[in-house]
Amino acid sequence: MSDIPENLKYTRDHEWIAETGDGTAAVGITDHAQEALGDLVFVELPEMHRDVETGDVCAVVESVKAASDVYSPVAGNISEVNLALDDSPELVNADPYGEGWLFRLTPASPADLEELLDAQAYQRVLAEMDE
Amino acid sequence: MSELKRTPLHAAHLNAGARMAPFAGWRMPVAYGSQIDEHHAVRRAAGMFDVSHMTIVDAAGPGAKAYLQRILANDVARLDRRRGSAHCTALYSCMLDERGGILDDLIVYRFADDSYRLIVNAGTRDKDLAWLEDQLAGFDLDLTERKDLAMIAVQGPEARRAVAPLVPNGADVGALPPFTAAGAGGWLLARTGYTGEDGLEIMLPEQRAESFWEALREHGVVPCGLGARDTLRLEAGMNLYGQDMDESVTPLECGLKWTVDFGGDRAFTGRPALEERLRAGALRVQAGLILEGRGVLRSGYPVASPAGEGVVTSGTFSPTLGRAIALARVPPGTGNPCHVFIRGRKLPVRVVKPPFVRNGSILVDLEPTD
Repeated sequence: MSDIPENLKYTRDHEWIAETGDGTAAVGITDHAQEALGDLVFVELPEMHRDVETGDVCAVVESVKAASDVYSPVAGNISEVNLALDDSPELVNADPYGEGWLFRLTPASPADLEELLDAQAYQRVLAEMDE
Repeated sequence: MSELKRTPLHAAHLNAGARMAPFAGWRMPVAYGSQIDEHHAVRRAAGMFDVSHMTIVDAAGPGAKAYLQRILANDVARLDRRRGSAHCTALYSCMLDERGGILDDLIVYRFADDSYRLIVNAGTRDKDLAWLEDQLAGFDLDLTERKDLAMIAVQGPEARRAVAPLVPNGADVGALPPFTAAGAGGWLLARTGYTGEDGLEIMLPEQRAESFWEALREHGVVPCGLGARDTLRLEAGMNLYGQDMDESVTPLECGLKWTVDFGGDRAFTGRPALEERLRAGALRVQAGLILEGRGVLRSGYPVASPAGEGVVTSGTFSPTLGRAIALARVPPGTGNPCHVFIRGRKLPVRVVKPPFVRNGSILVDLEPTD
C-alpha cells in the first residue's frame, strides 16, 4: 500500500507539494509514482530562478524502464534544486517525501496550494486508477 | 480486449510480491523488488526468469530437416555436424519473408534428423504459427505447439550449480556444452539464454513448474522480471524482436548477418532478397552507443554523425556500466564523433561494437581512448 502523508498537497499527476515555512514550497513525486517507475537512475532538475506556470514540465525523472515528466503543481519561481539527486537519484525511491524532494519554488500565489488535492482526495485518485 | 493469459507460475509471482504488467498478451512479472538488484544477481550469482509465455513448437517427420532448411536463414544442417557431443544441439536463426524481412528470431533444437523443436516469441505467436503452417506444402512433417510445457531460464555464473541437484536423474547439466541440450523425464535442459551469462533454459511439464521454481528459490536463485531481462540482453548486445528488428529490417541491418548461412546453394526463403541487398550495399547497420554524460538513452531517439542520421532502437541504463547504453540503426561508416538528441538537446555518445558485457565482464572502453 502506497504511503500518502496527511500534511502534503497532491496533483493527479502524482506530484506532492509542501510549504516549508520560509515562503517556499518543496515539490517531489509520490510514493505511488516512484513505485510505478521502479529504480530511478537519472533526474533532470529545473533551472534555478526559472518562472514556471501550473502544469509546466519542469523536471524529468528517469527509471531504468521509463522517463516521466514532472509538472509544477503551482505557478512560481524555482528557488532551489536537490543537487544530491545528481549522484543519488535512488533517494527518490528510498525517501520520496524526504531526501528525495526534487525542487523548491516560491509560489506566485500561496493560495494556489489550497486548490490542490489533500491526502484523502489523492487516495481516491489512486483507488479510481485501480478499478 | 481479450483476457491476459497466465503462466503456471502466476501464483508464485503474486506470492513473491511481483509487480505484474501485460506483455504480449500475457500477465508477466516486471520486477519483484529492485530490477537493478535482480540484474546484478544474474551477473554475479544466479537469477531465474519465467519465460513460459514463449511459444514452443515441435516439428517432427521425414521432411522436418528440409522444411527448416527452407524456412530458416541459418542452416540446421550445422546441427548434424555437432552431433559428436551426444547431446541435442541448438542454433539461433531468423525466419525471413520473401523480401528478407525478419518475421521472427528463434532457437531451434535438434533431437534427431526428423525431430526438432522451435522456440519463438510470444508476441509473434499467431503470425508465426500461421506462417509455419503455410510453408508446410510439399514437406512431410507435423507441427505441434507444446502448450503443456512451462519454461524457466536460470542464468548466471552459479546457475548450473544451483540447477544440478534439482533436475530429473540422467540430466548432467554440469557436463553440458554451450548451445546443446539434454532431455530427461519429459524435461529439456538447454545451455542457452538471453543474458550474456552462462546458464540454462529449461522446458518442463507445467505441473512441475511451481515446485521447481520454489526449490530454486530455496537454493538462492533470485526471481527476476522482464525489467532485468531487458537490461541484461541489451548489455549482452542481443536484439529484441519488435524493437531492434521486425519485418521491415533484414538481418544485414541489425547485426545478425552472422546468423545467415549463405553456404552452398540452399534455397532458403528471403535469400534472393538478401543477396540483392548485399550487392547493393547495406543501407543501415547496427551500432552500440554509450552516452558520455548523465541521462538515459531510449528507443526512438535520433542519432547524428558525419556519416548521416540514425535512430536508437533499444536504449536503457546499464547497471553494470553505470551508464546509458543503446543499440542503434545507423548509416554504414558511423563512428566518432556521434550525438544523440534527448528532449531536443544534442548530447555526445561513443560508438562501440556490441556486446557491452559478457560473462560478468565489461567489453567496451568506458572512456575515450583517443
